[in-house]
Amino acid sequence: MKQVHRRWSAVLLAATLVAACGGDDSGSSDASGSPSPTGVESSIPADAPQRIVSLSPSHTEMLFAIGAGEQVVAVDSLSTYPTETEAVLTDLSAFEPNVEAISAYEPDLVVISDDSSGISGQLAAIGIDTWIGLAPTTLDEVYEQIAELGVRVGRVEGAEALVADMSSSIDEIVSGAPALDEPLTYYHELDDTYFSVTSNTFIGSLYSMLGLRNIADATEGDTDYPQLSAEFIVTQDPDLIFLADTKCCGVSADTVAARPGWEGLTAVTNGNVIEMDDDIASRWGPRVVDYLRAIADAVAGVVG
Amino acid sequence: MTAPVPAPTATVSRRSWWLVIATALLALAFLFGAMIGPAGPAWWRVPLELLDRLPFVSVDSGASKLQSTVLWQIRMPRVVLAGIVGAMLSLAGASFQGVFRNPLVDPYLLGVAAGAGLGATVVIVVNRASTQSWPVDPLPLAAFVGGLVAVLLTYLVGAAFGASKASATLVLAGVAVTSLATAIQTFMLQKNSEVVRQVYSWILGRLSTATWDDVRLVAPYVIVSGGVLLAHRRLLDVLRIGEDEAQSLGAPVDRIRLTVVVAATLGTSAVVSVSGLIGFVGIMVPHLIRFLAGASYRRLLPLSVLLGAAFLILADVPGRILSDPAETPIGVVTAFIGAPFFIVVLRSRQGATR
Repeated sequence: MKQVHRRWSAVLLAATLVAACGGDDSGSSDASGSPSPTGVESSIPADAPQRIVSLSPSHTEMLFAIGAGEQVVAVDSLSTYPTETEAVLTDLSAFEPNVEAISAYEPDLVVISDDSSGISGQLAAIGIDTWIGLAPTTLDEVYEQIAELGVRVGRVEGAEALVADMSSSIDEIVSGAPALDEPLTYYHELDDTYFSVTSNTFIGSLYSMLGLRNIADATEGDTDYPQLSAEFIVTQDPDLIFLADTKCCGVSADTVAARPGWEGLTAVTNGNVIEMDDDIASRWGPRVVDYLRAIADAVAGVVG
Repeated sequence: MTAPVPAPTATVSRRSWWLVIATALLALAFLFGAMIGPAGPAWWRVPLELLDRLPFVSVDSGASKLQSTVLWQIRMPRVVLAGIVGAMLSLAGASFQGVFRNPLVDPYLLGVAAGAGLGATVVIVVNRASTQSWPVDPLPLAAFVGGLVAVLLTYLVGAAFGASKASATLVLAGVAVTSLATAIQTFMLQKNSEVVRQVYSWILGRLSTATWDDVRLVAPYVIVSGGVLLAHRRLLDVLRIGEDEAQSLGAPVDRIRLTVVVAATLGTSAVVSVSGLIGFVGIMVPHLIRFLAGASYRRLLPLSVLLGAAFLILADVPGRILSDPAETPIGVVTAFIGAPFFIVVLRSRQGATR
């Protein structure tokens, strides 16, 4: 993690750039999908990694969005976005990484989001560098990671452009959000046993940016991922219900309405049970812009 | 002529005395469970709400419509399901302990838990999203079938190799099948680590999402299984003297064992399929009753039903309010309350016999 400090200069650089170009884009987040948002094809440093293995879906999205896609030789089994990853999709596991399997791709850099299994030490022992981007808690940390990653893989300009694009889109969404006298309340559902998130989490911070109030904050427990009781959710009667369990657990607005005792909820009767994309909700890649926009649209639907 | 007469009368009255106490405890536990929760009507309104539901009784409890919904659609099915699950697990545990003549046996002995866990894992891995529109939720179904198949396998293995010491072989076969199913489950989780949390939350127990549908789903199995087990309580008493001895007295030991295992497995699989794996109830409650009311199965089995239900209903209450408005998994609570309580009882009993 010593590398982190050395990269601060890059972060600051990116941040100044963000401030300078704020609001230059029309707000489209297609940066998330396209491999090189601003057509950056400038030469990358000769010592930049050419054989990157990414074991983190969030960072895979970042790598492709900053134009480093062609340097990626393998991604883990869950890195399914953007569609370009198909060519390099492997069976490698992000949760149970196997050094031998990784080394078979002869990487010069391995990108991970979690080193709890000690994989970086094992990789170092066979001379392979590792870059770790831990799960962030704020949007600024996401920008920092993109900038850091850009420096590490020799795509500084691509990273700067992506950060600038994301932050201007996000500024636009936030400033365009209606001011509410009474903050709307919401419940973010992680699975069908009512696990949720508090505002301390990264995903929770996105809702806070739009002035929403999280019913799960009442738990005040030591976990940011509490399992709420159904009685509590129903009694709180949140204005909005966001389903981040549409893929994992097949939950939909219809199945929520069919839950006993839930049929009379404000969000259900007003059609404000919003089906989100589980993948985006659990990652912190460029598509957080899309997620934030989906929240803003839902809010606009309530205020309507 | 006068001597033998008082004895049966005393036995009968003593047994019914225990039953009355246990029934009263269950009623209190039910009421308490219905009154306590993170939301819903004020606790003192709940008895009024319950009275209001009785035929020919109309009481205004003063609870709002929302509070009434919380009570009847969310809390009551949970309390009732906890009761059913607790009753079934402790009855099955007591019966298993009787038929295997082993005090350390629990209802999961022959592989029900591991089989059900494997079944649930398969459905979750295969992706529940695509199965959500099915007319029957495949998750409890797979858990139920998984539990039954595991025990069937155990029985076939046990029967194939153990003619003489049938019970011991069966227990060992259960250990083997449990390990096998657990290994397959672990392998599947390793290959699909993204579903670990879902499987984990299934294993920890799912009383928190109980509905009346769950109650309707398990009730028939539990009634049949419970009826068969209770009908065998006298035969289990005969078995207490030993398998060979019981055989020589004319008791059909093999048939009793098969019937009890089938009935207990059916009931256990059914409750596990909706509640997940709730430990400790099946082993602790029967032992507690043995300490308090003696080891006769004629008393033990009915009391296991009543007190098992009462125990799990009460154990679920801290789960609801301990970290209000968040949940504490029921499996954690049963062991956390159960283990120290068990030790205290064990200790006081040792003191008494010394």
